[in-house]
Amino acid sequence: MAYRNINVYQYLRHEKKFPLIWCAGCGNGIVLGSIIRALHTLGLPKDQVVMVSGIGCSGRTSTYVDVNTLHTTHGRALAFATGVKLARPELTVLVVMGDGDALAIGGNHFIHAARRNIDMTAFVYNNNIYGMTGGQMSPTTPQGKIATTAPFGNIEQSFDVMRLAEAAGATFAARGTVFDTDRLDELVELAIRKNGFSVLEILSPCPTIYGRHNKLGSAVDMLRHLDEDTVSLDEAENIADAIKSGKIPTGVFVDIDRPEFCESYAALVKKAQGK
Amino acid sequence: MAQQYEIRLAGLGGQGIILAGIILAEAAGIYDGKFVAQTQAYGAAARGGFSRSDVVISDEEIHYPKAQMLDLLLAMSQDAYDDNLKHLKPNGILIVDATYVSQVADTQVYAIPFSRIARERFGRENVANIIALGSLSQLTSHVSEQALEQAVMKRVPKAHREMNRQAFEAGKGAARAALRLSVRPGGDEDI
Amino acid sequence: MEPQLLMGNEACVEGAIVAGITFYAGYPITPSNEIGEIMSRRLPRLGRTFIQMEDEIASMAAVIGASIAGAKAMTATSGPGFSLMQENIGFAAMAEVPCVVVNVMRGGPSTGLPTLPSQGDVQQARWGTHGDHPIIVLTPSSVREAFDLTIKAVNFSEQYRTPVIMLMDEVIGHLREKVVLPQPESIDIINRARPTCPPEWYRPFEDNKSGVPLMAAFGDGYRYHITGLTHDEMGFPTTKPCEVDAAINRLFKKIRQGFDEIMLCETFLTDDATCVIVAYGSVARTAKSVVLQLRTAGKKAGLLKLQTLWPFPRRAIEGLPQSVKELYVPEMNMGQIYREVLRVNQGRRTVRKISKVDGELITPQEMVQVVA
Repeated sequence: MAYRNINVYQYLRHEKKFPLIWCAGCGNGIVLGSIIRALHTLGLPKDQVVMVSGIGCSGRTSTYVDVNTLHTTHGRALAFATGVKLARPELTVLVVMGDGDALAIGGNHFIHAARRNIDMTAFVYNNNIYGMTGGQMSPTTPQGKIATTAPFGNIEQSFDVMRLAEAAGATFAARGTVFDTDRLDELVELAIRKNGFSVLEILSPCPTIYGRHNKLGSAVDMLRHLDEDTVSLDEAENIADAIKSGKIPTGVFVDIDRPEFCESYAALVKKAQGK
Repeated sequence: MAQQYEIRLAGLGGQGIILAGIILAEAAGIYDGKFVAQTQAYGAAARGGFSRSDVVISDEEIHYPKAQMLDLLLAMSQDAYDDNLKHLKPNGILIVDATYVSQVADTQVYAIPFSRIARERFGRENVANIIALGSLSQLTSHVSEQALEQAVMKRVPKAHREMNRQAFEAGKGAARAALRLSVRPGGDEDI
Repeated sequence: MEPQLLMGNEACVEGAIVAGITFYAGYPITPSNEIGEIMSRRLPRLGRTFIQMEDEIASMAAVIGASIAGAKAMTATSGPGFSLMQENIGFAAMAEVPCVVVNVMRGGPSTGLPTLPSQGDVQQARWGTHGDHPIIVLTPSSVREAFDLTIKAVNFSEQYRTPVIMLMDEVIGHLREKVVLPQPESIDIINRARPTCPPEWYRPFEDNKSGVPLMAAFGDGYRYHITGLTHDEMGFPTTKPCEVDAAINRLFKKIRQGFDEIMLCETFLTDDATCVIVAYGSVARTAKSVVLQLRTAGKKAGLLKLQTLWPFPRRAIEGLPQSVKELYVPEMNMGQIYREVLRVNQGRRTVRKISKVDGELITPQEMVQVVA
C-alpha cells in the first residue's frame, strides 16, 4: 500500500480554499482522497486534468483540487464536460456529481453521455438525499425512507445507477463505498483508465441530514452500515445472488469496449475531408 | 419607387415549391444579375400542407421582401389557387397545374397539367416543379430562359440533371402550346 | 467574391466560419434548423467540431465548456429552445465565457408559431436569465447583415468575454438574397486576450483597464477555478459584500466602456426629418420603403435602424436632430423596444408604437396608415 502514502497536499488548493465546506462524517472527502490517489498513481499531469462538477455538496469538490476545475449549473456537469472534452480530447475529464444532480435534473445528460460513449469518468456520489438544500428526497432515496419532502416515507422506487448506466450504454460501470477505500482507490483508477464513458457510483453517508432523519446513528454507525449492507461481486457468485441476499452489490458491473466518441469524430473528420 | 416584379409559387408540401422559388431567385439574381428577394411560408406537414414561395425581382434594392400584388401566380393545387388569386394584379399572369386545379374562375389562365406530364413522361410527379419553371420561362419576360435553365442545372442533383433538363424542355413545349391555343379554364385536354 | 444567393441562416453560418467558430452544439428547432444542418456539413470538413446535443440546455452547456477549453463556440435555436438555454446563458455571463447564441425568432409564447416570424424575444434576450447582468444583442435586417453581424457577435463575445445573442426574425432567417461576401482576409477577427504571465501570477478574474480579464484555456497550464457562484479575483466562491459588489459591477463596467463600439445603428434620411421610424430586423425593411413612399408624398420621414438592441442604443435616439418631433416604433411584438424608446425619450417627442403579432411581417401599407 505504498501508494497511499503520497502527499495529497500537492493536489489540493490548501492555501486558497480550505477548510472544506462538508460536514463532519460526510463521505465526500474520502472520495476526493481516492480521486487524488488515483491521479497520482496514474501519473496524470495536473495541467492535463479537468474536473467538472455540478451543484450540491458534491459540486464543491472541484473547488479544492489543484487541476483545471469547472463548477457548473445544477445537473449540467456532463454537458459542460462534453464541450470541454470535444474541444480538447487530449485532456482527462472527471465529472463529479451527486445523486440528485446526476440522475434527477441531469438524468437526460447522464443517459446521453453514456449512449454517446464520450471518454470521461462520471463520479456519482450517492448519499440518497439532497444534502445541501436541507434533505429533500432524491431519485436514489430508498422506498420508505424519510426526507424533508417525504415526511411520511418515500413512496417512489429509486434508480439502480448500475442498471441505468448499463442500459444507456456506459462502457464501464462500478459501485464502491467510502467504507472500503482500498477497493474504492482501485475502482477510481479503473474508471479513469477506461477509454470511454465510465460511471463510478460511490455510496457515501450523509449523517447530518439523511442519517438524522432516518435515525441511522452516528457517522461511524453509518460507515458500519455501509460495510454490513453491501456485498462485493467478487464474493457473490453473480449479481442476482448478491441482490437476493438483500445486500447492495459493489464492484465492477460493466466493462465492455465500444467506439469512443472523440475517436469516432476524428474518423468522421477524415472522411469528410476525403482523407 | 422601384418597379418590382412579384411572383408567387404556391402549392402543397412535397411539390417542390420552395426549391422552384430558390431556382427562380437564383436565375433572376445571379444569372440575370437583378436584385432579388425570395421568402417562403409553409405549414407543419412536410407532405400535403400548404407551401408557398415568393420571389420579388427588381432593378433596384428591394426593401419589403414579400410579394404583395402579384404579377405572376403559379398555383399547383386548388387550395393554392383559391387562397392566392385575390393577390393577383388585374393584368397578372396566372398559371395553374391543371392536374389539380380544376375549379378556375373565368379569367385568362394558362392551365397546364404539370403533374400529369411529370407522371406520364418521367414516371414521377416530383419533376412537376421543373416542368412548371420551363413553362414559366416562356410566359414571363422577367426571368430569362437561359438563366432559368442554368439555375435549374445548378440546383438539381447531378444524377438527375438530364431528366430535369428534359422536364424543363417539356415545360417550355407545353407553354408554347398553351400560348398558341390561348387555353381557357379547364382546357387541358388539348395538350 | 462571386455573387451568390444565400439564406439568412446560411449567411449566419458563413459569418461564423469566417469569424473562427470552431465548435457548434445545437438541438433541432424550427426555424433555425438550417444553421445546425449546414454546420454539420461544413465544420467536419474544416476539421472543426459539430455535435447535436440531447436538448438546448445541454447545447448551451457544451458551448460554454468548449469555449473554456479554448474553442470559439456557438449555438442556434428558436424561442422554446432559447428559454431552455437561459440558465446557462447566465452562467456564461457570470463566468465571463465568450459564446454566441443565435435565436431565430418565431411566434410565441410557448410553441406558438413555429414557422412564422415574430420579434417577441427582444426583452427575453435582455432579461431572460435571472439576476443582474449585462448582455449584448444584435439583430440583422438583411442576408448580408446576417453574415456581418454574426462576425460582430463572435468578435464582441471574444473581446468582452460575454455571451452575445443574435436575434434574427424568421423572415431574415429564411430570406434569400443575392449577396457578395467580402474576402475573408479583409475582415477583422478578434480573439480573446490570453495571459502570458507565469501561471503562479495568473489571477483569472482580476480587473484591468478594459474590465475584461485575461482568459486562459483549460489545458494551457493555468490551472484555475471557474464557477457560476459569485467569485473573487481568483475565481473562488465569495459572499463578502465588497468582493460581490466589485465582481458584479465589473461585469457592467466592461460593457459600458465599450458602449460606443457595441452600439450599431444606421440612419436613413434623418437629417431634416420631422418624423423618424425606429425599427430593426425585417420590419426595418418595411420601414425603409415607407420612408421612401412618405418622402415622395412630401412628408419628411427618416429611419433609424437598430442593429444593436442591447445595450439599448440610447445615444442614437438622443442624437436625432431637433427637427424630429415624432418617433414611430413598428415591431412584430406588443411593443418591446417601444418601451425602451419611451424610456430614453423622456417625454421630449411623441412616441407611437405599431404592433403586429399575427405571424405576418408588417406591410408598407399598414405602416403608412399610421405614420402618414
